[in-house]
Amino acid sequence: MSKSMTFEEPIVKLREKIAELKEIANNADVNMSDEIETLENRLRQLEEKIYSNMEPWDRVQVARHPERPTSLDYIQELFTDFIELHGDRYYGDDHAIIGGIAFFDDKPITVIGHQRGKTTKENIRRNFGMPHPEGYRKALRLMKQAEKFGRPILCFIDTKGAYPGKAAEERGQSEAIANNLFEMAGLKVPVISIVIGEGGSGGALGLGVSNRIYMLENSTYSVISPEGAASILWKDATLAKQAAEAMKITSYDLKSMGIIDGIIPEIAGGAHKDIKAQALSIKKCITESFESLTSLTEQELIDDRYNKYRAIGEFLELEV
Amino acid sequence: MAIRNFLNINRKKTKGAIVNRDKENSFPADLMTKCPECKKIHLTKELENNLKVCPNCDHHMKMTSAERIACFLDEDTFESLDDHLQTVNPLKFPSYVEKIEVDQIKTGLNEAVLTGIGSLKGEQVVVAVMDSFFRMGSMGSVVGEKITRAIEKATEYQVPFIIFTASGGARMQEGVLSLMQMAKTSVALKRHSEHGQLFISIMTHPTTGGVSASFASLGDLNIAEPKSLIGFAGRRVIEQTVREKLPDDFQTAEFLLEHGQLDAIFHRKEMREKIATIVKLHGKGGVKNV
Repeated sequence: MSKSMTFEEPIVKLREKIAELKEIANNADVNMSDEIETLENRLRQLEEKIYSNMEPWDRVQVARHPERPTSLDYIQELFTDFIELHGDRYYGDDHAIIGGIAFFDDKPITVIGHQRGKTTKENIRRNFGMPHPEGYRKALRLMKQAEKFGRPILCFIDTKGAYPGKAAEERGQSEAIANNLFEMAGLKVPVISIVIGEGGSGGALGLGVSNRIYMLENSTYSVISPEGAASILWKDATLAKQAAEAMKITSYDLKSMGIIDGIIPEIAGGAHKDIKAQALSIKKCITESFESLTSLTEQELIDDRYNKYRAIGEFLELEV
Repeated sequence: MAIRNFLNINRKKTKGAIVNRDKENSFPADLMTKCPECKKIHLTKELENNLKVCPNCDHHMKMTSAERIACFLDEDTFESLDDHLQTVNPLKFPSYVEKIEVDQIKTGLNEAVLTGIGSLKGEQVVVAVMDSFFRMGSMGSVVGEKITRAIEKATEYQVPFIIFTASGGARMQEGVLSLMQMAKTSVALKRHSEHGQLFISIMTHPTTGGVSASFASLGDLNIAEPKSLIGFAGRRVIEQTVREKLPDDFQTAEFLLEHGQLDAIFHRKEMREKIATIVKLHGKGGVKNV
């Protein structure tokens, strides 16, 4: 039970109790169905109560859950004939970003995403989903390729951030991200991005300049991690829970600020509880979203993206 | 409004930039300034005449945006833009607006960037100068908006856009709205570029985080002042991540030049001449549509 999250501990405990009771009933051959039914009813109520009242910090825990579905999990569920394409053609192949071509409902698509690992070994290979510049350059190469062949682009965002390392700086982490923002602005094909886990700052935005942005309900999108914000604000990283609230990083916050286009509802307790069902609701969102963009011309797609980002920001215009 | 009038109206008597507030120093704060690099003390007036470059060690001290405009553009040609935009407190951070007001009084600016139109050796240009004396030059909604409007103005007038960057990155107090300013400015630069216009990014000390990872790195030419700190992640964060000591010149302009990230490093004293030459080399020139 080590992978349960603190906010859902009451649910886990109750579930354990029910399981215990069932086992006793089986072994001792006594009828406890009434008691079990009462407890199961209480469990449903408890789940309803807890999962519909999640605090920002609870959502951060769900977004970071080790079993949370990754880009590759969704690719497997959503597409057919996925072929992964590697490398930026300049330096190397960054395993923290994956990309390739596939069919989505029999139509070709380019899909790109940050890629975390689920095990320690895989996480080391994937650098915990934190890309180097070559990851962003690979992503851009695949986007340009998609543009050439008129394929729409789907980006899954799921990173704590671009990797803050020596080699990353030497190879131009800033330039790699900046250039993606710049070039994505001019893509002549529809681009959709979906935040499926953590949307960590510039490292997330590097795959995020799109016509439509969606977030899974329990994902986050922020300029700095709650821990980072807490250590700057209050010189204490343990106040991350408070920072998660103050920084307004949930899907609901971003929707109300007008930054994202929609929230994809999650399975109660998080996407990891049922990947297939979660993939279905993502599929519905992608289908509708691409449909809403198909009538746009190349220039209209570019203008649509321009207008989307142009409108973001809150300020006052004083009388001159 | 011409820069000199602008300064007279907006800037308080204290020249926030060069006043040494160190109480332990025995010399009169306004008259003398200590070089933060070699610690040598200079007459403030002399230092200003030397473009705030230390005569002893050549250290380029931080400039205010107004000082930069004064030494970069043709005299009395600068007209500022969008001084009427006012920062709000979208995330309701305690005392955020108060901090903004303090820096407005200190610098005479409405926000951490000064934008406007002027001429550089007779060529009309749109310029943006970030001011690290205003909330460390951090970028929130107003900074992003002012820069975007300046870029759009340059696109409309079909003239070069020149920015002097100086920023700690995205402003935390405006959360993800600050992050999105990176995208906003970048889409505007793309449009400016699609119109065939020149963009010169001049990175000054310091240029880091979200500013470095957006417009600062997107120049047709990326230029820097000597020894400027330029990078994506903070040095301490990197040291904690990689658990090794970083070289002394790590993330300096010279380090970036060596690693292929910059076109050139220009000394402050030659900046105006060199940039004017670059603008002339891209030669559509002349004043249009004004």
